[in-house]
Amino acid sequence: MSGSDLPMPASNADSAPYWQAAREGKLVLQQCAACGLKRFLPRHLCPTCWSDQTQWVEACGRGTVHAVTTVRRAPSQAFREKVPYVVALVDLEEGPRMLTNIVGPNAEQARIGQPVEVTFEVRENGVVPQFRIAGGNAK
Amino acid sequence: MSEGLRNRAVVVGVGESDIGKVPNMTGLGLNAQAAKRALDDAGLKPSDIDGLLTAYSFTEPYFMLGSVLAEYLGLKPTFCASVIVGGASPAAMIGHAAAAIAAGRCRAVLICAGENRATGLSRDEAVTALAAVGHPYFEAPYGAFIPALYAMVANRYMHEYGTTSEQMAAVAVQSRKHAMLHPNAHMRTPISVDDVLNAKRIADPLGVLDCCLISDAGGAIVVAHPDLARDRPKAPAWLLGVGEHHTHEHLIASPSLTEFGAIESGRLAYAMAGLGPKEIDFAELYDCFSIVPIIEAEELGLCDRGEGGALFAGGHAAFNGRLPINTHGGMLSHAHAGAAGGLFGVIEAVRQLRGECSNRQVSKHEVALVHSEGGIMSSHCTLILGRDRN
Repeated sequence: MSGSDLPMPASNADSAPYWQAAREGKLVLQQCAACGLKRFLPRHLCPTCWSDQTQWVEACGRGTVHAVTTVRRAPSQAFREKVPYVVALVDLEEGPRMLTNIVGPNAEQARIGQPVEVTFEVRENGVVPQFRIAGGNAK
Repeated sequence: MSEGLRNRAVVVGVGESDIGKVPNMTGLGLNAQAAKRALDDAGLKPSDIDGLLTAYSFTEPYFMLGSVLAEYLGLKPTFCASVIVGGASPAAMIGHAAAAIAAGRCRAVLICAGENRATGLSRDEAVTALAAVGHPYFEAPYGAFIPALYAMVANRYMHEYGTTSEQMAAVAVQSRKHAMLHPNAHMRTPISVDDVLNAKRIADPLGVLDCCLISDAGGAIVVAHPDLARDRPKAPAWLLGVGEHHTHEHLIASPSLTEFGAIESGRLAYAMAGLGPKEIDFAELYDCFSIVPIIEAEELGLCDRGEGGALFAGGHAAFNGRLPINTHGGMLSHAHAGAAGGLFGVIEAVRQLRGECSNRQVSKHEVALVHSEGGIMSSHCTLILGRDRN
């Protein structure tokens, strides 16, 4: 999926370091300084222990597909030219689950349990993390 | 678990607006039409109503919808709110109404929901509005709209439990058969399992006939203090149990894709009612997508885990089957318009309990279970309603 004309998510006070890291080609997660939990979605406090002491750490970028679908009817004009495209929930090696597209020429072959790796998609006003099937050289 | 709200409130009236494409009416008008019919059904006057609850509207997105609806209806209630937990709102509103009545804050609560989603929005606007349920920063920018999110639930559920597309199609077919017996249902042309499997694909494994309708529709019910049940023209339906469980909003944050909040909401409702799944005569289960009532039937103990698909495919969910489910046709075939979708499940349960459903009447109608669910399996509310107090 080429992303240049797709909507770029807004950055806010919870997520600014995440989007800044994506511009630098890094996938980062919040880690609770008190209990050590690595988390996604970004937020002000740890949803387990409620500590507000947080650090950002780089993820290794590897994960596996937990669930996947190929979308054949677009939700909006922006995605109309993209169908069919693949949406998946990916479990990172660090634990947290993310939602992503699976990109690359073989994206529709992605299945539950598929190893995937992060890649970065440039959009008009920023960069979004995406995932592709691991081990290929698909760009 | 105490008896809580058991026997503390009754449903004394129900009403449906005209349903389908109703271009000559606004969403508020559909609410008003349903409300008028519910009050007629209850034998009550507007001046008898001292509470009003509604949910939300995509087509008329007022900030204070409860107050707006009270104004539109000419009501000045002493208890009024907009309850927004997505599709779980209708059942949750009944719990809130019962709690307010039990606390002595009001005696007769009108619960309304409805939107003109079929004609009040263009198709693109409707789909775009629903895309807003996905997380604005971490789901929607990936083109993950509601059908795609439920498609991933289906994908994982099929993987874990062996549920099949044919079984999901059987849910849609059964709903259509029931809708064909309902005089006010939106879609009443027959469909087959092959029709569902061959319908236009939306997000694998879901096709368009696995997805709920987009209707113009409003529903209304009156929940009242049991004292008010005495002089009504029709028998009351007793609230025996209610339970909620809210585990997440966005699918990313769901604790699981194969275990959801219906387990706990059901446990709480059964405990309050002093009943168990074996005492349920029929069920009205939220069916925004064909996979959902399969999961709910399992989580609510109406069948074993992994057996929900077979329950529908085997014909057991038919109105004359072992466990009738969605006897009005559900949101897949009767109507779906925001929170009205789940409210029609309550309305159908009340009518079945009264025994007034003629050609689709279930044979055993003492205890009904209604489940509504909002978001992406996020917010759950289970009701147990009885023909008699328990």
